[in-house]
Amino acid sequence: MRDKRLVRNIGTLAHVDHGKTTLSDNLLMAAGMISPKVAGKALALDYVEIEQLRQMTVKAANVSLYHEVEGKPYVINLVDTPGHVDFTGHVTRSLRVMDGAIVVVDAVEGVMTQTETVVRQGLEERVRPLLFINKVDRLIKELRLGPRDIQRRFIEIIRDFNELIDLYGEPEFKEKWKVNPAKGTVAFGSALHKWGFTIPIAQKEGLKFDYIVDAYQKGYVEELAKEFPLYRAILDMVVQHIPNPVEAQRYRIPKLWKGDLNSELGKAMIECDEEGPTVICISKINVDPHAGIVATGRVFSGTVYEGEEVYLLSAKRVSRIQQVSLYMGPYREAVPEIPAGNIVALLGVEDARAGETIVDAQYKDTAAPFERLHYISEPVVTIAIEPVRSQDLPKLIDALRKMAIEDPTLHVRINEETGEYLISGMGALHLEITLWDLKQRTNLEVKTSPPVVVYRESVKTRSPVFEGKSPNKHNRVYISVEPLDEVALDLLQRGEVYEDQDWRTRAKILREKAGWSTDQARNIWAIDENLNVLVNLTSGVQYLREVRDTIIMGFRWAMREGPLAQEPVRGVKVILHDAQIHEDPAHRGPAQMIPATRRAIYAGFLTAKPVLLEPILRIDVKVPQDQLGGVLNVLTKRRGKISNIEQHGGLMYVRGEIPVSETFNLSDDMRSATMGKAFWSTQFLRWAPVPESLMKDLIVEIRKRKGLPEEVPRPEDFLGP
Amino acid sequence: MGELIFIGLGLDSEEDISLRGLKAAEAADEVFLEAYTSLMPHLDIARLEELIGKRITRLSRRQMEEEMDYVLREARSKRIAILCPGDPFVATTHIALRIEAEKQGIKTKVINNASIISAVTSATGLQSYKLGRTVTLTFPQMGSIPETVYDVTKDNLAMGLHTLILLEIDVEGRRYLRIDEAVELLRALENRRKEGIFTEDRLIVGLARLGSEDMIVKADILARLKLYDFGLPPHSLLVPGRLHFMEKEALKILASAPDEALRGA
Repeated sequence: MRDKRLVRNIGTLAHVDHGKTTLSDNLLMAAGMISPKVAGKALALDYVEIEQLRQMTVKAANVSLYHEVEGKPYVINLVDTPGHVDFTGHVTRSLRVMDGAIVVVDAVEGVMTQTETVVRQGLEERVRPLLFINKVDRLIKELRLGPRDIQRRFIEIIRDFNELIDLYGEPEFKEKWKVNPAKGTVAFGSALHKWGFTIPIAQKEGLKFDYIVDAYQKGYVEELAKEFPLYRAILDMVVQHIPNPVEAQRYRIPKLWKGDLNSELGKAMIECDEEGPTVICISKINVDPHAGIVATGRVFSGTVYEGEEVYLLSAKRVSRIQQVSLYMGPYREAVPEIPAGNIVALLGVEDARAGETIVDAQYKDTAAPFERLHYISEPVVTIAIEPVRSQDLPKLIDALRKMAIEDPTLHVRINEETGEYLISGMGALHLEITLWDLKQRTNLEVKTSPPVVVYRESVKTRSPVFEGKSPNKHNRVYISVEPLDEVALDLLQRGEVYEDQDWRTRAKILREKAGWSTDQARNIWAIDENLNVLVNLTSGVQYLREVRDTIIMGFRWAMREGPLAQEPVRGVKVILHDAQIHEDPAHRGPAQMIPATRRAIYAGFLTAKPVLLEPILRIDVKVPQDQLGGVLNVLTKRRGKISNIEQHGGLMYVRGEIPVSETFNLSDDMRSATMGKAFWSTQFLRWAPVPESLMKDLIVEIRKRKGLPEEVPRPEDFLGP
Repeated sequence: MGELIFIGLGLDSEEDISLRGLKAAEAADEVFLEAYTSLMPHLDIARLEELIGKRITRLSRRQMEEEMDYVLREARSKRIAILCPGDPFVATTHIALRIEAEKQGIKTKVINNASIISAVTSATGLQSYKLGRTVTLTFPQMGSIPETVYDVTKDNLAMGLHTLILLEIDVEGRRYLRIDEAVELLRALENRRKEGIFTEDRLIVGLARLGSEDMIVKADILARLKLYDFGLPPHSLLVPGRLHFMEKEALKILASAPDEALRGA
């Protein structure tokens, strides 16, 4: 921990069920955390019971491992990451703090959709991927392949894997980062049976494929595991091929952190300098029943110590560190201080959330935050929840609040009119697991509504300029509304352009990449969380500066609830062209300017061909050839589109897309249509306009559900005398 | 044909209504009271109803602004009186209603009364010729203090003019800005702008309940203004510009300005 060159920060990434958790347990065993007999069975990282039930790790935990190579002691910080697709937000957050990743691929299934997603996300954060081909035992036992066919299978997987690196890697890294078995950047083995090797190990120790095949046929797998333990293959590979924090931060900081690299903080982070100012990026928050909020993250510079006064850049709060600790299995061990390059768990930073940047309090005013973590997924399904016994409400609220702190992809809010608690997540399964988790924690009986799809509102054309009047008629704003161009929307979505960015940098990106005019690119007033932009094109308007904040607030309110069905607005550019502001502050307060702005925006919105957007999922199905018809039938019946069908042996791989609103009870349908032989997974793909033929009825349905008048307001309703 | 009559209520209590205003209210079919733009310290609405001999309907800001149609509809066939604190059109708000009424062919009439704008000269002895632009100091809006008050005072001072600073009265939010709070806000602005407008030795007149029997008028430097108890609202401030010798004397006698406070003025 002291010598940074002997530290590695890694994580494991995989498609669901490819064996990530089992691998983690093998590594834990190496660290002497759990007994060799238990590993492979106990799933030590799955300390939430539900995860054991579902055989998938839902929440990231961290472990510090100890491993010796050539007599040198290494500390390997293992950031565990979930394998389920609905939670890719967790994966992205973990990636920030790790320099390398073991990508686990099932030898039978090969590179799958989520393998592609996690490798792409990893490369975006400059995390070096190494490959572990798992479940080799299945090739031998289930497919009964001989040594030659096994090798051929390996070559296919490695080729597919390197194609991903070629496709998504940045030019300066991709050649260097492609895996090569001869160099020892690929490991092969069986996490379940605890054995594994790399080609350099096999060559050095004279291991042959026949020996492995024989081990299964003649029953000496346990010996194999003793001679060639998986943890050694993996940890050796990590030590040799994953850069230490000093090397890694040199090229990762310029990508991860958007501050001035020549500033004191920038230099200290690039150097991974433990004498520099403290900078920590938080990747994960847990609420511990005893200790309260535990913030886990990486120290990028300086040395964090107990009692240190720090500043939280997002929360804008000064806090005092109460305890500094490192992870050992699911437990934390308190230590006096932890230097740059390591993973740390902190107590005392109650206001921190995942993605927070914590700095030495002296750098409060000059520090820049880490680039905002951007998520590929957005919450798309909502349910209402209430306790069966109303006196349990405080307990329920408390539990939901904690769960939302731990899982930022989970959104909890109150419907102000009905007093209902609403929880939104990344998919029906995500919410199902959340309810499970809630039950485990609180044992509360709750009632829930059927899941409701979250929609977005947007526009297709540019509106004329509308005049919005304040209630006292003494202020006027002139506003038009138009769709945000695809390129800009993409930049916003990927977090390349964001609200508290330096305006010059932002203007440059928008001009060069999205072709924005200088005038518009430089005059962005606000960007809200649903990717809408407010641009100020006025000039010389008197008192504008004094009402700027209230106009921005009006914009945000309007974007939070669109005029069609009060769903959030997405992908809209609002332009302020002119304004006339009352002489005296008493007559141009928030109560005047917010309604004036909202009215003009709504009137513009309703004349710019408004549309409702629905979330669309990508769906991948694997099904035996004779059941293909059933799958296609189910998908077409549910407004699905098929984009590709491929044959792999006796299996057909179907790829397509399907609206979220059509996925409830999809499991049942799919099972009965294919005699239970179809395997499928989904993933958020994009927002798309609801077909015109369905839109009107859908809007009425949403409005009714929300207790609104069925009739959509008209532009005139917002103009008035 | 209906009529819309704006009747000023003056500054202090129900007894300040003019005889002409009282008669017009008596003769009206319906009487509304707008009681959100200002606050009359000793107004008793029940007593006012007795004087007029009619029920009075209070109008909220929302009703006045957003449901203007309702008042206008009534005024089409009836004689409607709207009672306003002070002089009806000094607070600019009602002009929108009046214009709309005239556009719709409804006759409008105004019965004037005293306003703080005139009362301030009576209370301080400062000359009305030298009043510059008036400005309101509001509670911080969305966390920031509007700087207009600074700019207006600065411009007025540059021309040697007096600045009347009205302090926000938020009748519906049941809060009003007191002189001691206002002084803090002005200090904060001075700290930000540092252009020597609201310095600690700036002469300022604190005014409370102008036009009432118990009004307080006190001139002193900014640093000492907080030491006085001005009592109940409404409060306002006046920043004197260049002072004529008569004005100086008036401030001494009417506003008990200490000599050293006047030295710079």
